[in-house]
Amino acid sequence: MIKKDNIIFKNLYGRNDPFLKSAIQRGDWKDTKKILKKNPQDIINIIKESGLRGRGGAGFSTGMKWDFMPKSKDKQHYLVINADEGEPGTCKDRDIIRNEPHKLIEGCLIAGYAIGATKCYIYIRGEFLNEASILQKAIDEAYNSNLLGKKIKGSNFDFDLYLHYGSGAYVCGEETALIESLEGKKGQPRLKPPFPASVGLYGMPTTVNNVETIAVVPTIIRRGHEWFSKLGRKNNTGSKIFCISGNVNTPCNVEEELGIPLKYLIQKYAGDVVGGWDNLQAVIPGGSSVPLLPKNLCEDVLMDFDSLKDAGSALGTAGIIVVNKNTNITKVILRLSEFYKHESCGQCTPCREGTGWLMRMMDRIYKNGATAEELDLLQEVTKQIEGHTICALGDAAAWPIQGLLKHFRNDLLKKPKKVDKVA
Amino acid sequence: MVQIFIDEKAYDVEDGITVIQACESAGVEIPRFCYHEKLSIAGNCRMCLVEMENSNKPVASCAMPVAEGMKIKTNSEMVVKARKGVMEFLLINHPLDCPICDQGGECDLQDQAVAYGSGISRFVEQKRAVKDKNLGPLIKTHMTRCIHCTRCVRFSEEIAGNNSQLGAIGRGEDTEITTYLEEAMDFEMSGNVIDLCPVGALTSKPYEFVARPWELKKTETIDVFDAVGSSIRIDSKSDKILRVLPRINEEINDEWISDKTRFAYDGINNQRIDRYYLRNSEGKLVEESEENILKIIHNNLSNTNSSHIAALVGNTLDCESIFSFKKFLDELKIENYDCRQDDSFFLPSQRFSYIFNSTIKGIDDSDLCLLVGTDIKKEAPILSSRIRQKFLSSPKNYKIFSVGNFNLNFAVDYLGETSSSLKKLNEKKNFDVFKNSKKPIFILGQGAMCHDDAADIFNYCLNFYQKISKNTDWNGFNVLQTFSGRVGALDLGFYNKKNTSRSLIKQIYDGKFEVLYLMSADEINFDKIPKKTFVIYHGHHGDKAVKRADLIIPMSCFTEKEGIYVNLEGRPQISSQVKFPIDGVNHSWNFLNKLSKLFNLSMYSDLNDLREKMFLNHEHLSNINQIKLSRINRNKHGKFKFSNQEMKSNISNFYMTDSVSRNSKIMSECSLAFLKETNVP
Repeated sequence: MIKKDNIIFKNLYGRNDPFLKSAIQRGDWKDTKKILKKNPQDIINIIKESGLRGRGGAGFSTGMKWDFMPKSKDKQHYLVINADEGEPGTCKDRDIIRNEPHKLIEGCLIAGYAIGATKCYIYIRGEFLNEASILQKAIDEAYNSNLLGKKIKGSNFDFDLYLHYGSGAYVCGEETALIESLEGKKGQPRLKPPFPASVGLYGMPTTVNNVETIAVVPTIIRRGHEWFSKLGRKNNTGSKIFCISGNVNTPCNVEEELGIPLKYLIQKYAGDVVGGWDNLQAVIPGGSSVPLLPKNLCEDVLMDFDSLKDAGSALGTAGIIVVNKNTNITKVILRLSEFYKHESCGQCTPCREGTGWLMRMMDRIYKNGATAEELDLLQEVTKQIEGHTICALGDAAAWPIQGLLKHFRNDLLKKPKKVDKVA
Repeated sequence: MVQIFIDEKAYDVEDGITVIQACESAGVEIPRFCYHEKLSIAGNCRMCLVEMENSNKPVASCAMPVAEGMKIKTNSEMVVKARKGVMEFLLINHPLDCPICDQGGECDLQDQAVAYGSGISRFVEQKRAVKDKNLGPLIKTHMTRCIHCTRCVRFSEEIAGNNSQLGAIGRGEDTEITTYLEEAMDFEMSGNVIDLCPVGALTSKPYEFVARPWELKKTETIDVFDAVGSSIRIDSKSDKILRVLPRINEEINDEWISDKTRFAYDGINNQRIDRYYLRNSEGKLVEESEENILKIIHNNLSNTNSSHIAALVGNTLDCESIFSFKKFLDELKIENYDCRQDDSFFLPSQRFSYIFNSTIKGIDDSDLCLLVGTDIKKEAPILSSRIRQKFLSSPKNYKIFSVGNFNLNFAVDYLGETSSSLKKLNEKKNFDVFKNSKKPIFILGQGAMCHDDAADIFNYCLNFYQKISKNTDWNGFNVLQTFSGRVGALDLGFYNKKNTSRSLIKQIYDGKFEVLYLMSADEINFDKIPKKTFVIYHGHHGDKAVKRADLIIPMSCFTEKEGIYVNLEGRPQISSQVKFPIDGVNHSWNFLNKLSKLFNLSMYSDLNDLREKMFLNHEHLSNINQIKLSRINRNKHGKFKFSNQEMKSNISNFYMTDSVSRNSKIMSECSLAFLKETNVP
C-alpha cells in the first residue's frame, strides 16, 4: 500500500489544472537547472540503480536501454516517446498526458539529456485528440518558459520536442513499427537486429520509451534512486499505474506500489467484482496480450513483473481486465482474437495467416462448442505463431488463447449455453 | 573471416554476410520465399528460420548477420517444426489449383510443400479469395495465390526504380499486392516480377496456358533486341519459341532482362519472308525462283558502275553476315556501304569512340555520371537500373548530370535541353564536382550522336573528360549504342571509308545510286528513295523495306543461326541456334556464296571457314566474352559550335525498334497500352 507522500502522479485524477503554473506548484520542473548540470552518465546510473523497468509491457530495464545508446555524438540521437497507447484495457498514458503533461515533458528533457538526444518525438495515438491538444499547449508553455528549445535554463543543452499523431494502428505501438510510421512509411515492424539504439529513426541511434516510464524519471532524479527502489519488491521496484476495468463496480486508474496483491487492488480501489469476489471468473492482468488468470490464482497473486510471470501470465501494461461469472469467457477471448486479426500488419506469414485462423476457430468454438481435437489444433496453431514472427503481435494473439485453453479447457468442451450476457 | 558452426561443423565464412548466405556457401540448403540475393531483406516469409544457440526462439536466417562462434542448427526438431508451421500457414489460404497454374513445375511453394507440407489440410474454414488485378498486357495476376513475399514490390522499388508502382495495400490477411489505382505496370523491366514471384500470382500473359516447363527445350543464348547483349535462355517446343528467360550474368544483366527482350519473341514468326519476290511492271511483288533472282542480281550488279551501287546493313545482324557481305562488296570494288542508317557520329578506326569503355560492371565502381542526350531507361533499361542501384547505394554522394530532359529512374542534376548546355559543365560548382571525381563515367547517347552537331558534342565531352580525368587506369568515356549489330559492324569496318563527311544516306536520297542493296536494313525513309533506284532487300521480315523493294531475298533470322554479336562494351558473344530456318530460306552468307559463284569470287566452304577468314583480320572477335579495352586518343582542342536543337533519344517507342519487335503482337499491345501509340504497322 503506497503512502500518500510517495505518489508520483499527484494529479492523476485531474483535480487540479494540468498546466505549467499548477504543475510547478506540484513540484515539477524543480531544479531543472541543477539536473542539466549533472553528468549524463550519472543520470543513467541513477535510473539504473533505481531499478526502473519499462512500463510499456516488456519490462526491460530503462537504465540499461539508455546505456545502449552510443556515447559518441557524431550522429544525431533521437528520443521517441511511445504514446500510441492502444492495448485494450490500458488507459494510463492517456491520463498522464491529460492531467500531468509536464511530468512527461520534463522526463523527455532529462532522458534526452542523458542519452544525448537533442530531438524528441512524441508519437501520440491519433484518437487522443483532446489529450494531444493539452500536451501541445503544455509543450508551448515549456518553450515559452525556456524549458524546451535553445540553451535551456542557461545550460548549453538544446532540446526540441515534437508531437506526431498516429493514425490508429495498434502495431504502431511496437517500437520499430512506430519508427517506420514516424518516418512516413507503412507502420510495419522492422527486423531486429539492428536494434533502434544503433539504427533507429532515420537510421540514427534512437531510444523509444513509454510515456509512463519517462514521466516517472524526473521524480526519481529529484528524490533519488534509493527512494524509488525502496518502493515495491526486489527487481520490481517503484510504483505503477494500474488500470482496472471490466466487471468491477468502480473502474479506475490507480497508482500503487509494484507487488500489491491483485485482490487488494480490485477490492480496495475498484469496488470489488460485480456480484462480489466469489463471482469472479478470471482476470487478464496486463492488458489484452497476456494469458488470463482464473479465480484461484487471483486470490493471492502479487502484481509485479516476476510474480505474474511465475503465475503463467505477465504484468504487461498493468491493464487489469476483470471478468466475472456472468460473462462468457470464450466470447471475451474471441473478441480479443478479432482485435488481433484486425490489427495484424500482414507483413510476416504466421501472424498474417494465423490470426485469422485463430479468430475463425474461436468463433466456431464460441458458437458450437469444441471437440478435444479442435482444442488441440487451436493450441497447436497458437504454438505455430508464437515466437515465429517479426514482432510480438503474433505472441500477443497467441497468449490469451493459450491462457483460455490452459484454465478453461473443460468449460470449452461443454456445449455452449444459449444465453450469454456480456457486461 | 569468422568461424561459425552449421549443424556442428565449423566453417570459415566472410564477415558481414547473413546466416542464409553462409549456409549456402556451406552447401546447406535453407528454404525461402521472400529472400532474394539481389533484393533487400524483408524477412517476412519466416520460412528460413533456423535454430541459434542462446536464442530461445528460432531466428530468420536471411536477416541474421553471422558472428564469431555462432552455432546454427538447420535441421533440428525446433527448426523443422517451425518450418512446417509456416508452410501450413502459407498453404491455408493458397488455392489448390496447381493443375491449372502456369507456375506448376517451377513453383517454389510446390517444391517446398513436398519437403515441409502436410498431406492433409487441417484448415476447415473458408479460404480467402482476392480479386485479380489488371496489370497490363504482359503480366497476368492471380492474386489469391499470392503469399505476400513482396519480392515484386521490392523489385519495382529497388531495381526497376518505379517508386510506388507496386505496393501492398490493406493489412493483416487482407493485404493485397497491387499497383496504385490498379494501373498497368508500364516500366521497361516489369516482366522480371514474373520470374521473381515464387508462386503463380504473377505469371506471363502471353505464356498463359501454353506449356509446362518440363516439355520445353532450353537453349542458352544472348539477346539481340538491344546492344546490351543480355544473357537469356530461350524455351521452345518443337519449332516454336514459347518464352524467353534471363540467365544470370553478373557482368552484364545480373539476372534481369527488359520487356522487349522477354516478350518480342512472337514477332519472329510473324510476317516472315520465306521466298523470293520480284516487283513486276505493274508494281506488284511476284514470286520468283532462286535461279532467276541470282541472275537478275548478277546482271544488275555487273551492268552498273560500282560507284553507283550502295549497300546498307541492318541494326541487328551478326558479324558473320556483315563480314561475308563486306567481303563480297569489297571484291566487287563497291565502296559505298555503311551500317549507320541513322548517320551516327564516330571516329573511324578509333574503337573507343563507339563503345562503352568503362564496361557495364564499371558502373558499379564509378563515382559520378554524366548523361548526354540519352534516355537510358528506354535505350538500355538494364544499364539504367545498374546506375540506379549505384545511385541508391549512396544517393548523396553519387551525382548524375543529364543533358536532355528525360524521364529517368534516378534523380539527376539537369543541365539543359540543348547541346549548348554542355558548357555549364565548366561552371565552377559543376566543374569542382567533376574535378573531385576519381572514376567518372560519361555516357553519350545515340540521340546526341545523331545530332547535326554530334562531332562538336563528342569532342567537347572528350575534351572535358580529359581535362578532369587523372586516373589513367580508368576509361569512363562511353558511347551508348542501342543496336546489337552496330559495334560488330563498325569493328568489321562496314562504313564508308572514303567519304565520311558526306552521309551515304543523303546520297541515296539524292539519287546518286542506281542499285541499293539492303541487308536487313529497315530504318531509312523509303519514301525518299528515288523511283529509278533499284532496291534489293535481303532480309527476314516483311517490314518497312518490302513496300519499296524491287527484289526480295529471304534470309534466316537470329534464332535460326549461330552468330557472333559484339555488345556495346565491345564484348563478342555467340548466340545459339534455337531452331532450323524456314524451308527454302538460306543463311545470308549462303546466299552470298551462290551469288559469288556467278561472279567467280571467293567462297566459303562452311561457317567455320567463314569465321576463320573473319578472325584473320579481326582477331578480337574470336575471343568470346572478352573485352578488348580501348584507350582514348588525345583529342585536339578546338572551337565548338552547338546547335540549339533539343536533345532527343533515337528511340521513340521502346517496344518497337526493329523488324522483329515491330511485327510482334505483344509489343504492339504494349505500345497501345503504355504509349497510347496507335499507328502500329
